[in-house]
Amino acid sequence: MAIFINEKTPILIQGFTGRIGTFHAQEMIDYGSNVVGGVTPGKGGTSHLGRPVFNTVKGAVDETGAEASIVFVPPPFAADAIMEAADAGIKYCVCITDGIPAQDMIRVKRYMRRYKKESRMVLTGPNCAGTISPGKAMLGIMPGHIYLPGRVGIVGRSGTLGYEAAEQLKALGIGVSTSVGIGGDPINGSSHRDVLEAFEADPETDAVLMIGEIGGPQEAEAGMFAKEHMKKPVIAYIAGLSAPKGRRMGHAGAIVSAFGESAAEKVEILKGCGVTIAPTPSEMGSTVAQVLGQVRKVA
Amino acid sequence: MDIHEYQAKELLTKFGVPIPRGGLAYSPEQATYRASELGHPVVVKAQIHSGARGKAGGVKLCRNEREIEEAAESMLGRKLVTTQTGPAGKLVSRLYIEEATNIDREIYLGFVMDRAAERIVVVASAAGGMDIEEISATQPDTIIRVQVDPAVGMQQFQAREIAFGLGVDPEIVNKIVPAIMGAYRAFRDLDAMMVEINPLVITKEKQVLALDAKMSFDENALFRRPHIAELRDKSQEDPRETYASDRGLSYVGLDGDIGCIVNGAGLAMATLDMIKLAGGEPANFLDIGGGASPERVTKSFRAVLRDKNVRAILVNVFAGINRCDWVAKGVVDAVKELNITMPIVVRLAGTNVEEGRKIIDTSGLTVISAETLAEAAKKAVEATKKAA
Repeated sequence: MAIFINEKTPILIQGFTGRIGTFHAQEMIDYGSNVVGGVTPGKGGTSHLGRPVFNTVKGAVDETGAEASIVFVPPPFAADAIMEAADAGIKYCVCITDGIPAQDMIRVKRYMRRYKKESRMVLTGPNCAGTISPGKAMLGIMPGHIYLPGRVGIVGRSGTLGYEAAEQLKALGIGVSTSVGIGGDPINGSSHRDVLEAFEADPETDAVLMIGEIGGPQEAEAGMFAKEHMKKPVIAYIAGLSAPKGRRMGHAGAIVSAFGESAAEKVEILKGCGVTIAPTPSEMGSTVAQVLGQVRKVA
Repeated sequence: MDIHEYQAKELLTKFGVPIPRGGLAYSPEQATYRASELGHPVVVKAQIHSGARGKAGGVKLCRNEREIEEAAESMLGRKLVTTQTGPAGKLVSRLYIEEATNIDREIYLGFVMDRAAERIVVVASAAGGMDIEEISATQPDTIIRVQVDPAVGMQQFQAREIAFGLGVDPEIVNKIVPAIMGAYRAFRDLDAMMVEINPLVITKEKQVLALDAKMSFDENALFRRPHIAELRDKSQEDPRETYASDRGLSYVGLDGDIGCIVNGAGLAMATLDMIKLAGGEPANFLDIGGGASPERVTKSFRAVLRDKNVRAILVNVFAGINRCDWVAKGVVDAVKELNITMPIVVRLAGTNVEEGRKIIDTSGLTVISAETLAEAAKKAVEATKKAA
């Protein structure tokens, strides 16, 4: 089953005909994702990569029945594209765009609250590598071949660090149910906690690897959720142990500006919540393996 | 992106935040001239991107021309070291000369982007003059927090609640409310990430004035705020970082001796962690980004090598959109072009990794290969120790 997407999910590409949209749409099609069309305002009625192009998301949804979308729209227009998807009835949206102003994202989040929780679009990103349910569908920009299909969920802020984790798991013969990138921005669509909740409800996921980093309250919040509401084990690595306070480490959101936001503090909080910590980034895979071993012994 | 106090004040006053009269000076002569326009006494304030300037000798009350000249001479052209600048300090190349104020009360007023609430939050305290960490630690009960609904923006009643909460006289409330509303509008309309007026003072003459002001802006929004982007002062940045950011690289200078070239911010942070855990010290954070061409890799080497403390370089690339063969070609080109003799450890993974390793192995260069992140960090640390 995986979460958010599977091989059947009809997918729309927002920013379809641009250079980046074209390249990654082709990669997704090659992986086996069910790409049903795309949106580029002004190019409606044409065809691209053998799929129809629409002027509006609403038009595309009406015509194709698309349920998921991926946004490759440049930063000045990306917030608008996300809100358009939410309004058109898209159920799951991934925003890849890096560089969206924080106040635009505040507006997006406020806008999405006009829909009831049950019918509200789930957004992951922006500034992320996307989501992949290995062997089923890819809605992102990751190298699909490094993920082995399996039963471990991954949620993380960073793209490449997520690849690192997937490769370590693959080397140990451990597969992934779904890997979700939530992105490196300070205001994002779904939090670590939101994705943990989805994994807890997924019968095809046995354990979750959470890859966090310095800055913001989300890892601590996720830890509390794991402690209070999860039966499945959670393993975590927090990047940025050596990051100095007050310096932004690449990601717009990777900055320690308040108490509890450093890597060391987050690790302590998570340990207190019963989350198993991978002590180094090269032990993400082996720590997951160890925890899975214990789970199997108990079962 | 940070700006100077005088720039923040110029912006805030346009939004209706009252500020003391003042003017800019680049020399002691200009300082005394400004003061003669304002009338003595004046406060001479060093303009650097840092708080805590007063304790470091960067803010001086001067009663006459001689004192102004002395203060200006002691500050201009020097590096001011505060508790926030680090030991290197920051260069003072301009002064702000401001009329002195008869302070009756000091208030803390801040606006931040609250990540938990996903809203702009106003933070105020009657214990102004101290920094907010200190207030939180010593007088947490004095802190008032108000969230702003992004759909409608800040409302007058919220500003009134803050003002009455601070316990000021009703006649002053009418003067503080426009200041709070103005600072909020400046935050919203200019895409700020932080506005701090500390202190906002009530004078003995019952005036409300922003005595100090700090603003920091969302770099992702500078494309639509060109007049804010112009306020960038490169002299206040780490020159290594200016060099890299001018070339589109995301770089943060650190104090160690292992230069790092990595793709992706998370992997870059993890690489620094791994070096630390292996007993070494990273010299920098550097994310080369997606789709890195050989030229971009060479640029990254140039940026890393501008730091004279670097004694070894670690390249760690997990290619998704990137291609390992391109990165490998970039490494080989850089080593030849820049005549690099220090040890270089390269770890490649992902797309086209075999082709990439082949390019490195057949280049005839003494580049150290590593298969995993742990191995790469260990080899880089060993190489640095040998080079020492």
